Amino acid sequence: MLDLQSITPLWGETPRADQFNRLTITEVPNQALASLALRKGREDEGRKAAEAMLGFALPEVGRHAAAGSYAASWFAQDQWLISAETSEHELMSYQLVDAVAGLASVTEQTDGWCRFDLEGMCRGVFERLSGVNLAAMEAGSATRALLEHLSCMVICFETASHYSVLGPRSYARSLHHALETAARSAL
Amino acid sequence: MTQSNRLNGGLINRGKPLNFNFDGRAYQGYEGDTLASALMANGVRFLGRSFKYHRPRGIFTAGSEEPNALVELRSGARQEPNTRATVAELYEGLVACSQNYKGSLRYDLLALNDLFSDILSAGFYYKTFMWPAAFWEKVYEPIIRSAAGLGRLSGEDDPDEYEKGFLHCDLLVIGGGPAGLMASLTAGRAGANVILADEDCRFGGRLNVEQEDVGGKPAVEWVEQAVAELTAMDNVRLMPRSTAMGAFDHGIYGVVERVQDHLHTPVEGKPRQTLWRVYSKRAILCAGATERPIVFPDNDRPGVMLAGSMRAYANRWAATPARMVAVFTNNDDGHRTAVDLMAKGVDVTVIVDARLDAPTLTGVRLISGAHVIGTKGRHGLSSIRVRQADGREETLACGALGVSGGWNPNVHLTCHQGGRPVWNESIAAFVPGQNIPVGMSVAGAAKGLFSTEDALRSGAEEAVAALESLGIAASALKLPRAVNSAYNLQPLYHVPHGKGRAWLDLQNDVTVKDVKLAHQENYRSVEHLKRYTTLGMGTDQGKTANVNALAIMAELTGKSIPETGTTIFRPPYTPVVLGTIGGRTVGKHFHPTRETPTDKWAREHNAPFDTAGDWMRARWFPQPGETHWRQSADREACNVRKNVGICDVTTLGKIDVQGADAASFLNRVYANGFAKLAVGKVRYGIMLREDGACYDDGTAARLAEEHFVITTTTANAGAVLRNMEFARQCLWPDMDVQLISTTEAWAQYAIAGPKSRELLQRIVDSEFDISNEAFPFMACDSVTLCGGLRARLFRISFSGELAYELAVPTRYGDALWRRMLELGQDLGVAPYGLEALDIMRIEKGHPTGRELDGRATALMLGMGRMVSRKKDSIGSTLDQREGLTDPNGLRLVGLKPVNQSEVITAGSQLVNETAPVHIDSEQGHVTSACISPHLGHSIGMAFLKGGDQRMGEIIRVVDPVRGTDVKVQVISTHFFDPEGGRLRA
Repeated sequence: MLDLQSITPLWGETPRADQFNRLTITEVPNQALASLALRKGREDEGRKAAEAMLGFALPEVGRHAAAGSYAASWFAQDQWLISAETSEHELMSYQLVDAVAGLASVTEQTDGWCRFDLEGMCRGVFERLSGVNLAAMEAGSATRALLEHLSCMVICFETASHYSVLGPRSYARSLHHALETAARSAL
Repeated sequence: MTQSNRLNGGLINRGKPLNFNFDGRAYQGYEGDTLASALMANGVRFLGRSFKYHRPRGIFTAGSEEPNALVELRSGARQEPNTRATVAELYEGLVACSQNYKGSLRYDLLALNDLFSDILSAGFYYKTFMWPAAFWEKVYEPIIRSAAGLGRLSGEDDPDEYEKGFLHCDLLVIGGGPAGLMASLTAGRAGANVILADEDCRFGGRLNVEQEDVGGKPAVEWVEQAVAELTAMDNVRLMPRSTAMGAFDHGIYGVVERVQDHLHTPVEGKPRQTLWRVYSKRAILCAGATERPIVFPDNDRPGVMLAGSMRAYANRWAATPARMVAVFTNNDDGHRTAVDLMAKGVDVTVIVDARLDAPTLTGVRLISGAHVIGTKGRHGLSSIRVRQADGREETLACGALGVSGGWNPNVHLTCHQGGRPVWNESIAAFVPGQNIPVGMSVAGAAKGLFSTEDALRSGAEEAVAALESLGIAASALKLPRAVNSAYNLQPLYHVPHGKGRAWLDLQNDVTVKDVKLAHQENYRSVEHLKRYTTLGMGTDQGKTANVNALAIMAELTGKSIPETGTTIFRPPYTPVVLGTIGGRTVGKHFHPTRETPTDKWAREHNAPFDTAGDWMRARWFPQPGETHWRQSADREACNVRKNVGICDVTTLGKIDVQGADAASFLNRVYANGFAKLAVGKVRYGIMLREDGACYDDGTAARLAEEHFVITTTTANAGAVLRNMEFARQCLWPDMDVQLISTTEAWAQYAIAGPKSRELLQRIVDSEFDISNEAFPFMACDSVTLCGGLRARLFRISFSGELAYELAVPTRYGDALWRRMLELGQDLGVAPYGLEALDIMRIEKGHPTGRELDGRATALMLGMGRMVSRKKDSIGSTLDQREGLTDPNGLRLVGLKPVNQSEVITAGSQLVNETAPVHIDSEQGHVTSACISPHLGHSIGMAFLKGGDQRMGEIIRVVDPVRGTDVKVQVISTHFFDPEGGRLRA
C-alpha cells in the first residue's frame, strides 16, 4: 500500500482556504485531470467513445459541461480537459485511455495544474488580474485567460460569483499570492 | 495663522477643520479644501520658485493644468516632488514643502540666475557648454545637475502599493461636468454599461465653481441629484479621482485612479493608485476646457492667476487670493469673475478689458480697450500698470489679478493617436478635428461648446449616437434649463506694450523673448520651437502656454495660428507616477516564479537559489562548516561520482507526443532519426531552427508505439512546444499528432552515481526488475514504487555516472525526495544542486545553453554527424550552408591549463600561443569552465577556430578585462570517463 504523503500545490497536507470580505478562495487539489484530444480522421468515433464513458456530450467551444462524476471543459480544437474527484477517480486517465483507445490521445494532467475556486464577489479580483472580462462570463462557460502573466483556465459556474481558476501547478504560490493580493485590494 | 482670505459659502465642510503644515508652519483648512485653496485661504501666495530663474511663483490655476504651485508633498519615504497643490486634497496632518531653492524660499541663493537672465535665454546651454570639451563631464554637468530639477526625491523605497487592472464598458465618459453627467445619465438610463471617470474628487466640473442654475435649481444641487441617480444604477461605475491619461488603440484608455492619495496613510493592502486599462466600445470625451492667460510683462508674480480659477476658489473653496483684486480679460467670461468675487465681498478694483466695446458692469470700474503692461510686488503682486486705449498709463493697487484670454478646449485625448485639432475662428481656439480615435466622440467644452446649455445638450446627443451605433436604443433626455451665456471673445494673446519679460510657459520659464529668439535663429516649426525653448516640456505640458506661444510664432512668421499648427499631444494627459506604471510588479513580484517539488525541502535546508526563466533552482545544499559555494558543490559532485546523488530536474520541459504519426513527426522535428526508436527506449536528440542553428537538445522516450515523452532544456521548454505546435498546425496539418506539456505534472529526479541502482531498488516495487540486464542504459518504462505509486523510470545520464531519472506525480515529489534521502543514508546519498550538475556536465563535455547560444550548429558542437542526411528535418538543409560548414569555423573543444594551478574563466577569448592580445588575433572564446574536483584542475569548453584539427595545440585563454592570460592545451571535451564505461555499469 502506498505510504507516501501527497502535498497540495500550496505545500499543505490539507487544502488551503482563505476568507475575505464577501469572497472565499479555496485550493482544490483533489481533482483528477486529463487532456482528451481527438485523433485526426477519427474525430466522430473518438467523441462518441469519450461521451459514452463520461455520460454527457463534450462541450462546444468555450463551454464547460458536467454530469455525474465527470466534468469537461473545452480546451482547444478537438481537445477537452476532463476532470473528476480524485478520491473516486484517481485513475481516470487510464480509464479514458481504455475508453478511447486509438481514437483519442489522453494525457494525464492531474498534477500539471493547481485549482483555486472563488466564491462570492469575484469581479474586483478579476478586474485586477486579467484583461479578459471574466466577471461577465456566463455560467457554464470556460476560457483561457492570462492572470498574473500565467495562462490559466477559468471556468464559470455562476456569473460574477463562482469560478474555478486553474493555473500551472509550479506557479501555484505566485498565482495564489496574486489572487489573495487582488482580493485584499478589491474587497 | 487665521484664514484671512476665507470667504463665505463654498463646498467645504466647515464642521471638519483640518490641520496641515507648509514649509514648517502650521495652518488650518477644511475638509473639501485642496492644499492650494487652504494656503490661499490662509493668505499664502508665495509657494515656490520657478525652474530656471528661481522667480517667486504662486497659485495660477485651480486644476490639473497648474504650472506653478508645485510642492513636495508628504515627508520621509512618501515624499512626492512636483505635486500640484491645486489637485492635492487636504487631509489631517498633511505636510508639504515648497521647492526649488537654495537657502530659504524667501531668500533663495539661486535667485541670482534672474539677474543673469539676459544670458540665460533659450539655447543658452547649447551655445555655452560646448567648450572646452573636457569641462563637460567634470564641471558643467555636475553644476547643471545640481541646479536642475524642481522637487527632491526622498531616495527611499516607496512604501506604498500600486496596482493595475482592467475594466470593460459599453461607454466610457471622460469628464463629469455638465456634458459628462448628461451623457452618463442618458446611457445609464438606457441600460448601457457606463464608466464615468473624472479627475476631480467631486463630479460636476465647472458646475461646482460657477454661480448658475440648472433645471431651476443651483447647479451644485442638480449635480448632486444626477450623481445620486447614477450611483443607484448597477450598470454605471462612477470613478472620481480618476484621470483618463491616454487614448490607445481599439477603444482602450488608460485611467489612473488615485485611490488613496487623499488619505494621510494608505490602508494596508489597498493601493495608493490604480492604473486601469479600460476597454470601451465607445467613449465620449467631456474633458472641458482650460483657460489661457493673456501674456504681459511681469505676469508671473504670485497673485496673477487665471480669472476662471480665481472665481473657482471663491465659489467652491470660499477662498480669495487677496481682498483687493483686479481682472484683465478679453472676453465676457472674465466679467463673471468680477461679479462672483464682488458677491462674496471681495473688492474688485478694476476690470481691464482689452475690448473697446466691453460691456459695462455695475459696481466696478471698467477700463475698456486697455491692457495690463506691468506688475509690481517682490514676493507677491502689489500693483498693476494699466495702459489705456489712448496710451495713458496708470498704476492700480491690487493683491491679485485674474486674467482671462479665452478658453482652450481640452482636445488632448482626441490627438493621442495622431489626430490634429482644427482651429475654430469663432472661439479662437483649437477644437477636435476629424481624425480622432475610432469610437470616440466629443461633447461640451472639449468640443468648443462653452455654454452650460450646449454642454448638456451635446452630452445627451453624443450618448444617444454612441449607443445607437452599438445597437442600444436610447432616448434623448429632457434637457434641464441652463445658462446659455455669451462668450464674446476678442483674441488677444500677448500685450505688445510694456517693459520686462512676459512669461509664456510659467513652469519652464519660457518668455515671449525666447520665442522671438527661436524665430530669429530659425527654429520656426512648432516642434523646433518646443525643443529649442523647452516650451510645454514641463510636467504641465504647457496647458496654459502653448496656444499663446503658437500665436506669437504665427505673428512673427506672418502665418495664421492654424498654419503654424500644434505640437503632438501624447499620453499621459497629466503626470503619472512611475509606481503606478509598475503596479505590483515590484521586487520579488516582478514576475511570477515557478517552484520545483523540492522547493520546500530546499528552503528548509537553506539552499541558495538561482533563476532559470521563472523557475527557482537550488544551487547547492550547504552542510555545517562549509563557507564557500565550491566546498558544497565539490562535495556534492564528488559524492555523485563516489556514492549516489539526487537532483531535482523537474524544470526540464516535458512534452507528451501522441498520435498515429507521432514517430514520423518527431523524425521531422529532431535532426537525428527517431522513426525507428524502439518502444521502451530513450534517445538523445537535437533540434535545429529553420536556419540550421541548433537551438535545443533533449531526450525522447518511446512509451508506446504511438506515444512519446520528450524532454527539452529548462530554458527552451516553451519555445520547443511552440515550435512543435507550429509545425503540427501549420507545416504538417495532415499528420495525426497531439501535443501537450506535462512539465510540472511530474516531479522528476536524477538519481546518479555508482550506488544509484541500489537506492532505486529500495523504492521501486519488487515486481520491477531494474538490473543492468533488464533495464540497460537508455531504457525507459513505467514502474510503481513505495507500495504502488505510479512512476516513469528512464535510464539516462547527464553526469556521466550510472544514472536514472525517475518521474512521479508532482504531489508526491516532496515525500519521495525525503524518502530517498532517508532510505539511502547508508549509501551516502546526498542531494546535489545546479553547481554540481554543471561541474559534472562540463567534465563530460555535455553542452547546455552556454554552448547552444543560438549561433552554434551541430557541426560546431561536434554533433554534425547526428544531422541525418537520410531524411528531411527542420534545419537540415540550411545547416549545410557554405558559411556554416567551413572546416576552419568554430568547433567545440576542451581546454586544460598547461600550468594546472592556473584557472580558465568562462567568457575569455582565445588567441594563439604567441599572438598579441588583439581583436585580429581572436581564435574563439570559452563557453563554460569549472575547476574539476575529480581532475584536480581547471577545465573549460570553448569554441575554437578549426578546433577539431588542433588537438594537443597550446593556445592562450585571455581576458583583458580581468587581466588573465593562461596557457592551455586543446583537448577533447570528454574530460572524464571518455569511454562512458561508468554510465553503462
